[in-house]
Amino acid sequence: MQFLLRRLAFYLVAFWVAITLNFFIPRAMPGSAVDAVLAKFPQLLPPARKALEATLGTGNQGSLWSQYLTYLNHVFHLDFGPSLSNYPAPVTSIVANGVYWTIGLVGVATVIAFIVGTGLGILAGWRAGGRLDRSLPGMMFLQATPYFFLALLLIQVFGITLHVFPVAGAYDGINYTPGWTWPYIANVLDHAFLPALTIVVTSVAGWMLQMRNVMVTTVGEDYVMAAQAKGLSDRRVVFTYAARNALLPQLQGFGLAIGFVISGALVMEIVFSYPGIGYLLLNAAASKDTPLMQAIFLLITVAVLAANLLVDIVLVFVDPRIRAREVAR
Amino acid sequence: MKALARLWRRLPGTAKAGVIMLGVFLLIAIIGPEVTPYNPSVTTPLQAAAPSGAHLFGTTQTGQDVLSQFLIGVRLTLELAFWVGVIATALSVIIGVTAAYAGGLVDELLSLLTNVFLVIPALPLLIVLLGFLNGTSAGQGQLPVIFVLSLLGWPWGARVIRAQALSIRSRDFIAATRETGERSWRIIGFDVIPNMVSLIAASFVNTVLYAVGASVALAFIGLTDPNQWSLGTMLYWAQLGNALQIGAWWWYVPPGLAVALLGTALVLLNTGIDELSNPRLRDARSATKIASRRVWTTDPTPVFGAPDGHRGLAGLARSFSRKSLIDEAGVGTGNAEKAGELR
Repeated sequence: MQFLLRRLAFYLVAFWVAITLNFFIPRAMPGSAVDAVLAKFPQLLPPARKALEATLGTGNQGSLWSQYLTYLNHVFHLDFGPSLSNYPAPVTSIVANGVYWTIGLVGVATVIAFIVGTGLGILAGWRAGGRLDRSLPGMMFLQATPYFFLALLLIQVFGITLHVFPVAGAYDGINYTPGWTWPYIANVLDHAFLPALTIVVTSVAGWMLQMRNVMVTTVGEDYVMAAQAKGLSDRRVVFTYAARNALLPQLQGFGLAIGFVISGALVMEIVFSYPGIGYLLLNAAASKDTPLMQAIFLLITVAVLAANLLVDIVLVFVDPRIRAREVAR
Repeated sequence: MKALARLWRRLPGTAKAGVIMLGVFLLIAIIGPEVTPYNPSVTTPLQAAAPSGAHLFGTTQTGQDVLSQFLIGVRLTLELAFWVGVIATALSVIIGVTAAYAGGLVDELLSLLTNVFLVIPALPLLIVLLGFLNGTSAGQGQLPVIFVLSLLGWPWGARVIRAQALSIRSRDFIAATRETGERSWRIIGFDVIPNMVSLIAASFVNTVLYAVGASVALAFIGLTDPNQWSLGTMLYWAQLGNALQIGAWWWYVPPGLAVALLGTALVLLNTGIDELSNPRLRDARSATKIASRRVWTTDPTPVFGAPDGHRGLAGLARSFSRKSLIDEAGVGTGNAEKAGELR
């Protein structure tokens, strides 16, 4: 319990650092949102600056300390104000729209990649030196391939040359209206296929490699040898003896990967113009939309911190060694 | 030389492949910019031409020579990764050693800072930072990217180096030096740091890997200076110039493939050296089967009281592997978390 409380305190500090960074970065950096708007519309006259500052709430607002307090107050009420690039839509509603596209796409793809990769890793580690195991260097190449490069290749082959899958957006907004109708859902799945494939193909190798390496070590343990000596079936030895113990580090990685689902495959979303969080963040950065950037960065940080905490909690329950260390302390 | 040759023979085939690939990239980076056939920025009327004798890698939509851009791109990308590696590793050493050596409150604060920066997601923060810098006078050239990447690339190494420095600090020879009245800076500079050279080198290689991945991704989404011909910028212009729609594969395949191969080379090297140092991973290759059961060629029973067995070059080589970082810091699977966040 004390362990978890200490971790919780640590994540609170990390959260505070993140929101403070979020406050100071826009103020320390050259170029403000007002400058960005003025640069976009050169015909605006100088008095427009004052009007813009008043509308966007960026002008001089008292001391840094009082600004900081106001900012903290807004953060805790989830009030980030209007988005500058989509004025006057509030930031929260824009983010809410993006979030479920990302969770749907990246979340499902992450789970698929985890299951497939772990399964392959178990097989490769068990039959180390076998055919599957020898394919590892190829897998490493896939892992080292940047997401977006694979995405470009897939778009070229399936989207442009073969015309099998759509290459941009989350659904066809002209011919379909969103709702729980079959044609619309099919259209969404159609659009999600290539992005999801990109994520699965490039991340399967990582899971496989990690599982395989732990598995190889576990298979060499005496208790696995003992299980084999007892004459248990291969399947029983692999899954109940070896894989079960090799799975712990894998679970830890999975928890962290779930935390990164929100931040998503940022770059991949950009290639496919998929309206998720990554796409929003890049557009916000490109148009210097400070409120939107702040909200998205905070959301991603909170997701990652929450996932870390969750992993800590799960590990305490799953791994008796951590509990033992706790008692020893 | 003899030791090098022996090490080379012991390296698994995959690691050899990694070393050779890395060597090729270094060669391109060193002589590439000297032998570019054309000026990479000059536009010609020969638009989006397929590879030919005059333009080995074809031309872009505005008639620029892809090969020339590629040769310079490899140089700039490696150069950036190198400097990020140097600066971020220097920061790790300063922070890690200071924390370990000072102890007490300073250690608590620096460790907290390190851990906080480890959990804050790096790529979104990079995008936010570069989003502000980009398009201003401060955002030109490679320097801002090097600066920002270094600023966020140190915590991983700092954590490992602190752990190692703590252990060295408590050894007898340090206590002896202190008794003779040596000053702290001398102990740190001449006793502590020389004993961590291999670990520092390891975190350097890992930081380089991080810098290649992150810088290419950031350049691709257009957050760096688009007038610098790095591999990422080439991909950025290819995407912007509709290379896909006009079927100009020769424009985006070379830079993309180069990044993938560069990453593969570093990963291969890493895992190969893991195998060199971890007998179980190595023996997996030579495990034989008798009556469809697995039989190990060597007994994996650990030998107690034996020295760690990684001496000389093999020890140094081992320290380049990611495994050693995890071993020495006693941290969990940082691999997945680090890889996951850079996507």
